[in-house]
Amino acid sequence: MRTRDRVALMGNNTVVATDATLPDMISGTTPVLVDFWAEWCAPCRLMEGPLDEIAGANPGKLIVAKLNVDENQQAAMAHEVMSIPTMIVFADGVEKKRLIGARSKHQLEADLAGFV
Amino acid sequence: MAEKVLIVGSGPAGLTAAIYAARAGLEPVVIEGFERGGQLMLTTDVENYPGFPDGVLGPELMEQLRKQAERFGTRIIAADVDEVDFSAHPFRAWAGDDEYEAETVIISTGASARWLGIPGEERLRGHGVSACATCDGFFFRDRELAVVGGGDSAMEEALFLTRFASKVTIIHRRDEFRASEIMVRRALAHDKIDVVWDSVVEEVLGDDEVTGVRIRNVKTGEVSVLAVDGMFVAIGHDPNTAVFRDQIDLDAKGYIVLHGASRTSVPGVFAGGDVADSVYRQAITAAGMGCQAALDAQHWLEEREA
Repeated sequence: MRTRDRVALMGNNTVVATDATLPDMISGTTPVLVDFWAEWCAPCRLMEGPLDEIAGANPGKLIVAKLNVDENQQAAMAHEVMSIPTMIVFADGVEKKRLIGARSKHQLEADLAGFV
Repeated sequence: MAEKVLIVGSGPAGLTAAIYAARAGLEPVVIEGFERGGQLMLTTDVENYPGFPDGVLGPELMEQLRKQAERFGTRIIAADVDEVDFSAHPFRAWAGDDEYEAETVIISTGASARWLGIPGEERLRGHGVSACATCDGFFFRDRELAVVGGGDSAMEEALFLTRFASKVTIIHRRDEFRASEIMVRRALAHDKIDVVWDSVVEEVLGDDEVTGVRIRNVKTGEVSVLAVDGMFVAIGHDPNTAVFRDQIDLDAKGYIVLHGASRTSVPGVFAGGDVADSVYRQAITAAGMGCQAALDAQHWLEEREA
């Protein structure tokens, strides 16, 4: 295996959002990608690596937050999440982009063009 | 240096191939693909896999297969193959930024859920339209749902959704299900499940969220609207062969054409599981085909060295 271009840092680069913290967290000017997920959702687990890598590769540019819909149903309902994984990019408290369904890291990067 | 065996996909076929190749000392590399673990990851109870008299959860079965493959030295890589070149040997495959070379390739990329392709379906995906009951059923507590399909997956989805929904209507285009008898009996006996026979969904209705589906009875031509908050599609699967289209022979439906047990049209490239099987499509048949592919790859390597 040859690595052509690996910039991502593996590790824990994401933050946790909850019903209580989400409104404040998404009100800033730095874009925040909120990943709505749950333990029992297999496609959600697929997104763990790609999301962590994207967060690690874009410090100061994009915050990646994970919101467990089991524990935070209020936030999921407020943002009309009906399918997971759903990933929503917020800036200044406003929804800028919504991605529904799991995807590869490459596809995710392409879908987040302008934010990463 | 080229890998001896590169396995693309990590469902029952890919991981069984890995177990056999690893035990043969071929140090297989599995590129697990972005739908890691395959279709079983989206199921709940698997009751027909031999050796589990009390059933086993799909994701748990895949976790066990994975551990078994790793125990014998399989390297599993979290990446998705997006390009291959089988025109020269060693074969080459790319996954994002990484390039792999391999003496043999085993394709076990499986199949993915098929959509109806009707108006409203794509627009409302994630807003009430889904193909994954285990992912999205949770969001439909005390709501009414439609399930489209007539096979085992449709029965399983409908039965699973009764945990959340107040009512589940199965819409099927024929007057009988093709699902196994035990699943049909369970679905028909369930007091939350209704069936609309001989009918197809023509449109998913709703502005921002699903509010209903427009149904046409294929025998009478009668059109009606069923008010539901969500529609789950379980009408079958399509093989994941887009990456291989120009490299190996596929049949009219996109399945890999096999010569003998697991040989594709390119010597040294083998395939197994749902990606090459439009007939049986079971976890156990996929595992069996993965075993055949690994043994055929091993044999092919030995012949080349001899």
